[in-house]
Amino acid sequence: MAEMNGNGNNLSRASRSLLGDIGLPTVIIAVFWVLTLVAGHFVGISMSTLVSDTIKRAGMNGILVLAMVPAIQSGTGPNFALPIGIVCGLLGLVTAIEMDLTGMTWLLSSFALAIPLAAVVGYGYGKLMNAVKGSEMTIATYTGFSIVALMCLAWLMIPFRNPKMGWFIGKGLRETIQLDAVGGAQILNNFLLFTVGEVIVPTGLLLTFAFFAFLVWLFFRSKLGIAISAGGINPKFAQAAGLDIDRNRVLANVVSTILGAIGIIVYSQSYGYAQLYTAPLMMAFPAVAAVLIGGATASRAKVSHVIIGVVLFQGLLTTALPVANEIFAGTDLSEIMRMIIQNGIILYALTQVKRGVQ
Amino acid sequence: MSDSLLQFRNISKSFYGNSVLANINFDVKEGEIHALIGENGAGKSTLMNILFGMPVITSTGGYEGDVLIDGEKISFRSPHEAMYAGIGMVHQEFMLIPGYTITENIKINREITTPNPVSRIFGKRLETLDMASMNADARKALDKLDMNIEEFTQVAGLPVGHMQFVEIAREIDKTGIKILVFDEPTAVLTETEAQNLLAAVKRLAAKGIGIVFISHRLDEIISVADRVTILRDGELVVTKDIKDTNAVEIAALMIGRKVAIDRVQSEGRKVSDEVVLGIRDLHVGMPGEMVRGIDLDIRKGEIVGIGGLAGQGKLGIANGIMGTYPARGEVVFNGKPMTLNAPHAAMASGMGFVSEDRKGVGLLLNESIELNIAFTAMQVGNRFLKQRGPFLFQDDEGIRKHALKMIQNLDIRCESPLQHAGSLSGGNQQKVCVARALTQDPVFLFVSEPTRGIDIGAKKLILDLLLKLNEEEGMTIVMTSSELAELRSICDRIVIVCEGRVEGVLPPDASDADFGLMMSGSRGGKKEDSPERSADHG
Repeated sequence: MAEMNGNGNNLSRASRSLLGDIGLPTVIIAVFWVLTLVAGHFVGISMSTLVSDTIKRAGMNGILVLAMVPAIQSGTGPNFALPIGIVCGLLGLVTAIEMDLTGMTWLLSSFALAIPLAAVVGYGYGKLMNAVKGSEMTIATYTGFSIVALMCLAWLMIPFRNPKMGWFIGKGLRETIQLDAVGGAQILNNFLLFTVGEVIVPTGLLLTFAFFAFLVWLFFRSKLGIAISAGGINPKFAQAAGLDIDRNRVLANVVSTILGAIGIIVYSQSYGYAQLYTAPLMMAFPAVAAVLIGGATASRAKVSHVIIGVVLFQGLLTTALPVANEIFAGTDLSEIMRMIIQNGIILYALTQVKRGVQ
Repeated sequence: MSDSLLQFRNISKSFYGNSVLANINFDVKEGEIHALIGENGAGKSTLMNILFGMPVITSTGGYEGDVLIDGEKISFRSPHEAMYAGIGMVHQEFMLIPGYTITENIKINREITTPNPVSRIFGKRLETLDMASMNADARKALDKLDMNIEEFTQVAGLPVGHMQFVEIAREIDKTGIKILVFDEPTAVLTETEAQNLLAAVKRLAAKGIGIVFISHRLDEIISVADRVTILRDGELVVTKDIKDTNAVEIAALMIGRKVAIDRVQSEGRKVSDEVVLGIRDLHVGMPGEMVRGIDLDIRKGEIVGIGGLAGQGKLGIANGIMGTYPARGEVVFNGKPMTLNAPHAAMASGMGFVSEDRKGVGLLLNESIELNIAFTAMQVGNRFLKQRGPFLFQDDEGIRKHALKMIQNLDIRCESPLQHAGSLSGGNQQKVCVARALTQDPVFLFVSEPTRGIDIGAKKLILDLLLKLNEEEGMTIVMTSSELAELRSICDRIVIVCEGRVEGVLPPDASDADFGLMMSGSRGGKKEDSPERSADHG
């Protein structure tokens, strides 16, 4: 129909296609971020702190966002059940503490314990997603919630005895476990850490993120990866080409769940604490928002979307808070502002979910 | 002319500069049954859409010419207005609510109501239903059709034939109905039900209602209509009195001589007697294209055409064998029985498939041409892959080389192999689909609607390409197409499918009348065995 409208529309069509390439949400968030940075400068917030924080937060959240890619590519939509992977990661992490491991051994053992667990659980979750085709996103969200609730019981009943993570009185694990105690806090961040001026670059953390980003990128260039994304883009095409779409969807969700497990371990070491109980409840939403802001749609996501998205989303979050605090000085709005800003971004990103499905 | 109830005068309509109706004159007299016949795309639906003021017409710039009812020029802006002016339509698919009774279905949105205290305050929409008079009205309408079924029966569970009558009853219950359009009313009915319906149509006409009867069943038209108008490619071929014509003539006029694509024959072709694909009692559950028991043998080196009207099941055959829609039956390929419902197995056995749904099934529109070409060979044939440790990665170089070769061989007009398939023209998209099928090195190729939505020049290229593949590679080709002319231009024989079965096989040079009769399922007065048919519909 566009052809009918003559020349007048050529220009707007060109600009539309440019926007189509980058994505309107990405542009809006980027502009908004720049505006807050400028505002931050005027109210006298240290730019180097903001940049350092942005880098660190992007690195620690990166793998969790990366977990969205396989799920979206396979056609099950953003992995709203990320908490499933997260509790697997946390389980690996606390088991490694229980085994009295410390330092790098603790970190690697956490990975080694969490990955097989996540693979098994992810398989079951993938099966579930196949059973509820058409309403994946809603079911996934509530599956994530249910798992977190179930794990609240598990954390209490788990027969771990290590005093580093138990309550002082009674049984069960603490809500927040200090990783200092096992020499695990910032263990990746501090690897080859250097500073440029006042900006801190957590090299190890960034390298880890880059490594997994590369693996995911590579995975989607493999025969299996291509088959998975074809099934997500056009199931009819994939079926006609003789692919087993259901199997591929399960595999993709296994990969996604594993990435969630790895992601939370990397996140926790950077944060310095492992947070159990209800902490994972809402962790899927920032990850979903980040990948959508990066330019992904509900049916198509690339590693580049993850990198752009996580930097923009975390950047905006780290910048907007101190700026807001500064502007509304004297009130203690920081937690409320954080909720408003984060959920605002998520809400906006979610309204963009359907953009790719035309 | 004044005795005409409905008149179309010099109606022309084009969509985006594409003429679909040119200068149509058509009229229906009081109490007349006027049959309208033509192949798919001949313009029947467009003509009726104009009559009903469907949005598809008004939103695309309206039409030229006049529509007159009782000698008065009208122009409906919505089907609602058409309804109030006394025009009704009986649809091919029923528009009934299964959980409602017959009366409720007949009276829906035209309920008879009496005021009550609540409605006095809150308005007419809350008035009480007067079921007694509604039932009486429904009874009257049903009686007109000689239907002795209780008006308070639920529609769910009624036989399809009865549902059709309820639909008609709803139309004639509308006060002042003058014109009734039947759109292929017997398509889903059994023989006996169809007979009853035709009788009812005649009775309605006898009451003075003008009837437009759209059907492709020639025997029905001959038995029920007073006059017949034949449309072909948006033009009116002729309007004739039924008593002056016969089924053979109508069939020939319907098919007509189209722009002929010259039939090329060369000496290099080898058609052996060996049956490469044997199909026995194939059933395919493809919605809208149900296959209900096909028996067919394809010989090695042949080009076989599958033709027939839309919705008769011709497209289901290839889709069933290639596993894109659920199928059952026996298929033997190269002497080995095939597993049905397994696309992977079908392709691995050496069959290629170019789907009729180019944009839906045929292509990844937002991916590069080269990936589209290499995709199936990579996934099914494990080609264009490089081993790296335990993983197989795509071999970019190999894919590029092959894509460039295909682009050259098939003359795909594109900027680069990286261009998205969706940005190509229809003909070039089709070539990409063919290129992908060829990349698998098939010995047997199914091609469905290869020239749909492609301009005439590109059509010729695609057909030449198929012929060349057959001649040079000895590839057996089964081409399914709605365009008889293209089937006749390259096929060795043409199988006509009607109502999910093989109606017959014709040589490409058979007469228009033969094709027309066969496609309408009324070959030479051949009567169908009705018990079997009703079993299908039950």
